[in-house]
Amino acid sequence: MSKVRVLVGTRKGAFILTADGKREKWNVDGPFFAGWPVYHLKGSPVDPNRIFASQTSDWFGQVIQRSDDGGKTWIQPGTPPGEPTTAPGGMPKGESNKFVYDTSAQSGKPLTTHQWYDGTQHPWEFKRVWHLEPSLKDPDTVYAGVEDAALFRSSDGGKSWQELSGLRGHGTGPQWQPGAGGMCLHSIVLDPSNAQRIFIAISAAGAFRTDDGGKTWKPINQGLRSQYIPDPKAEIGHCVHHIAMHASKPGVLFMQKHWDVMRTNNAGDVWTEVSGNLPTDFGFVIDIHAHEPETIYVVPIKSDGEHFPLDGKLRVYRSRTGGNEWEELSRGLPERDCYVNVLRDAMCVDSLDKCGVYFGTTGGQVYASANAGDSWTPIVRDLPAVLSVEVQSLP
Amino acid sequence: MSRITIQVALPAHLRTLARVEHGDVTVEVEGRVTQRSVLDALEARYPMLCGTIRDHTTQERRPFVRFFACEQDLSHESPDAPLPEAVASGKEPFFVIGAIAGG
Repeated sequence: MSKVRVLVGTRKGAFILTADGKREKWNVDGPFFAGWPVYHLKGSPVDPNRIFASQTSDWFGQVIQRSDDGGKTWIQPGTPPGEPTTAPGGMPKGESNKFVYDTSAQSGKPLTTHQWYDGTQHPWEFKRVWHLEPSLKDPDTVYAGVEDAALFRSSDGGKSWQELSGLRGHGTGPQWQPGAGGMCLHSIVLDPSNAQRIFIAISAAGAFRTDDGGKTWKPINQGLRSQYIPDPKAEIGHCVHHIAMHASKPGVLFMQKHWDVMRTNNAGDVWTEVSGNLPTDFGFVIDIHAHEPETIYVVPIKSDGEHFPLDGKLRVYRSRTGGNEWEELSRGLPERDCYVNVLRDAMCVDSLDKCGVYFGTTGGQVYASANAGDSWTPIVRDLPAVLSVEVQSLP
Repeated sequence: MSRITIQVALPAHLRTLARVEHGDVTVEVEGRVTQRSVLDALEARYPMLCGTIRDHTTQERRPFVRFFACEQDLSHESPDAPLPEAVASGKEPFFVIGAIAGG
């Protein structure tokens, strides 16, 4: 029988939740990396036992962890203990937690500053990895979206990281600015039909696309409207919270922006709003049913000033029409006194025949639906605040 | 040049990363005993700690990390200043501490 493995990153460690295909009885393992924020974990689609994790701390910086046995044991895929950390020539070896921006004139262009909250220019400073996206084809290749916003790639299983500097160097970098959570590259979407095409999103710069494997990038934000940006045609500065794509329709993307739920049918060239009858179109997560590319899910949050559900009722909304027409999903979710948030990487779907949907809250609950959202049950209720949720569907 | 065994006290999270279960770690330092030479030796023996105490690129102390020894806060001392004699002779540990922050 098939089974699922849910990877949960929290403010104080990672947890792995497993169940068989019925998704009724769950086993909870963890905490892994106890006490450290774990922003994101994700398994390789090629080798599901290979899982990458971003362990990060304001005190002690960034650590990349990797498991090759489905999360039972973990290593830092860098220089083994006991070996010198510098090569004979004196150059540092590539430790796995080392993310250095490319400032070479040849490849990266020496881009050193972005816009700060007060409008002045501020140096680019690495803080943490927000999102890890393993390659669809190679278990040794993985992408990392980082704060301050940039995209890195490792092609040696996470041992060393190189910036895809064409993104920062494409010209608008000095106009990017941090959102309330920092200037983070939080969404990475790989096109399964075109290995050269990658979509990313940055808060608060917007969405970008490359069609040449990361060498050059273009902003794809036409159609986005943001109240705080005076120019209605502004290509840069939008606070995109998350983007999602269905593998069967790689030209169609959905976006939860700061406010507004958006859709594009042409790989981001133009976006249209599909918020429709949502009670509020502020939110962070958005995801797509595994087998129905026009069925999408969001969790409406009251406002950017009040990061909790409307009226204290936690609700998922589902559209079976690719947006605009939304239905409330409430069975099994709190009916009152619920004031949690659901952060941008904290929703996912499995690919079992009956699509499972999962999301985690800042109150430490992870909810699961084994029937595409019709009803929900909490897998766990009292974890630390949940930062991310990913699921692996296993044979 | 003689090598001296220096004691280094690490915070719990870094002991976990370094896979050191209990107590202080020791490192061998050749020549002058300074913050830099001690941390260089520490990172050579425990490469997983690279970037957790000092910035990878600038080699400056991370903002929320502090260095103490012999009841003195050495965080703002030059990384090339000699450490106190009791540390340099291996009698007292060099403390790496996570700064208190939050409520």
